[in-house]
Amino acid sequence: MKKHVLSVLVENHSGVLSRVSGLFSRRGYNIDSLSVGETEDPKISRMTIVADADEYTLEQIKKQLNKLVDVIKIIELKEECAIYRELALIKIAASKENRAEIIEIANIFRAHIVDVANESIVIEATGDQGKISALSNMLMPYGIKEVIRTGLTALERGEKELKN
Amino acid sequence: MKLSDVMIRCLQEEQVDTIFGYPGAAVIDIYESLRASSIHHVLVRQEQAAVHCASGYARTTGKVGVCLATSGPGATNLITGIATAYMDSIPIVIFTGQVKSNLIGRDVFQEVDITGATEPFIKHSYLIKDPKEFPRIVREAFYIAKTGRPGPVLIDIPMDYQAKQIEYTPAKKVEIRGYKPTIEGHIGQIKKAIKLLKNSQRPLVCVGGGVVLAKAEEELRSFIETSHIPMVHTLMGVGALPTCHFYNEGMIGSHGYAHSNWALKNADTILFIGARIADRAVANVGILDENANIIHIDVDPAEIGKITSATIPVVGDAKRVLEEMIPLITKLDTDDWREQINKHKKEKVEVHPEGTVNPKLVVRKLSELLNDDAIMVADVGQNQFWTIRNMELKAERKLICSGGFGTMGYSLPAAIGAAIGNKQKKVVSIMGDGSFQMSLFELGTLVQEQVHPLIILFNNSGLGMVRELQRKVDLKEHGVALNGNPNFTQLVAAYGIRTKRVDNGEDVEAVLKEALSEDAPYFIEFIVSDKESTL
Repeated sequence: MKKHVLSVLVENHSGVLSRVSGLFSRRGYNIDSLSVGETEDPKISRMTIVADADEYTLEQIKKQLNKLVDVIKIIELKEECAIYRELALIKIAASKENRAEIIEIANIFRAHIVDVANESIVIEATGDQGKISALSNMLMPYGIKEVIRTGLTALERGEKELKN
Repeated sequence: MKLSDVMIRCLQEEQVDTIFGYPGAAVIDIYESLRASSIHHVLVRQEQAAVHCASGYARTTGKVGVCLATSGPGATNLITGIATAYMDSIPIVIFTGQVKSNLIGRDVFQEVDITGATEPFIKHSYLIKDPKEFPRIVREAFYIAKTGRPGPVLIDIPMDYQAKQIEYTPAKKVEIRGYKPTIEGHIGQIKKAIKLLKNSQRPLVCVGGGVVLAKAEEELRSFIETSHIPMVHTLMGVGALPTCHFYNEGMIGSHGYAHSNWALKNADTILFIGARIADRAVANVGILDENANIIHIDVDPAEIGKITSATIPVVGDAKRVLEEMIPLITKLDTDDWREQINKHKKEKVEVHPEGTVNPKLVVRKLSELLNDDAIMVADVGQNQFWTIRNMELKAERKLICSGGFGTMGYSLPAAIGAAIGNKQKKVVSIMGDGSFQMSLFELGTLVQEQVHPLIILFNNSGLGMVRELQRKVDLKEHGVALNGNPNFTQLVAAYGIRTKRVDNGEDVEAVLKEALSEDAPYFIEFIVSDKESTL
């Protein structure tokens, strides 16, 4: 099964998220991540859904989503023509001795240090999922205390706009 | 104007003259507005029946059915009715009362999240958050319920909003950016489909409920008679073409005919129209893919390719697409192919056993006696297939039942709804002793509404279809005997309805004739052997 990134324009009112997530669980579709936020038009939200699906299931996901009255438009964003991004906040156990090392790793990944305490550091990293995973792997030996990832969000390259 | 008064105005705009409901504290303002209006309120005995009534009404009048219930248990009682309507794509608008807007989410008396609870089996739903939006929402709800693939739509109204003063704005054209059903079929696809049909040796049309919902019976008939392509149908497609029509090769599926299923397996091109191709219609779909090219017409794109992959998909309304196809199709030579299909027909001789009545012969006799515009409402179980397989559907006759959801207890309330919508037609409710007892309290509604359906009960002292299944797979019968059955004729007579009990085949005709001559409700209990098979 392959991962597919769907960008979905939906009406911005309560209940929509539950309709979309309910559809996935009810019909047995696998959802990897879902992120949602308001668009340039405050009446419309945009969801980025990463689904694990074969071609048949992907087709069904799109068709079933389209049946929801609150869903306005769906496009699939293929990796080659889209920008994929995810934000992660990673809290690492850091002592005086290894703090510099950790900062060095963060710099290589163009990540930022956003909080420092006596025994911890919080790193903010942005990138595609591969980069975030690589950074996590590098930080693993120091002891990752907490990780939070926003889930993937994506936008098509070029002039094209996703409009209703 | 009070919101509940605006509701009446909006209903009148939609030509609603009947509403099926049950009152409660959370809809008290709506009931006050209803009282002062010209809309007829039908008081059911339990909310589930309100939806079944609305379903029977909608399916036999072509209008949108409307029902109303209070919050909490009133709303949750609707659920089975809503799911039943959803599976058969019946246009219904449901109004529910909700607790006061400022108390939502606090688990107050009779509070339930009904939009959440119905989400998996409803076309769309609304919880009113701003009373000003109410008129627009009502119009949208009706539009969504009846267009595209029809279905139930629910509007949940907090009780304090019902008394709020809002402005009534006259109806405007409904515009919903996320809802634009495709009605016209793609002409390129249609031409491809015609070419494929013309080049096939064993073409077959298979119609489902979509043809009935699109009111495309005339177009179907014209297409079939022009092309000479034989037709089979699913349970929901029954009556799309008259049952005795020369090209009607009968019902497919687990309870269909051997020759109909044979035709489906051996066709080289199958044109599905408004059929979901669900498991009860085609148990082994893989066979179809291997043997035949498939053309699939459906107004719901999600149905195409869901069960079987279509060689040529056509998204569109069955009526419109058939209209496009008729001038393009020519007469095909299907004589040999039809002869082959008909060779697989199996005839079974039916007789009345000693001391009981054969239900199949009862339905055949009823079929002879009924008018050409009668409406039959079957329930679920053996009675359903005794009716469907033995009732001739011709002219204006109609047969409805719960297909996709298989909801027992559907027949009596749906028949009441049908009778209210068709005062001049004879409505017949056909049930088993299991299904009757799921809705028998609706006899009260029937009497109160002064409608005159003929009620037929096939009493085989048990849940016949499950019992048959247990016997077939060599299981011990369990949980299927209805030993506590009452004296049904006495029970029904207590409602003031005329009744008759028949346990002898010789009496069938005379009793049916008497019942049909009455301009009053009539109840006949036929005593049926537990050995009587479904097919």
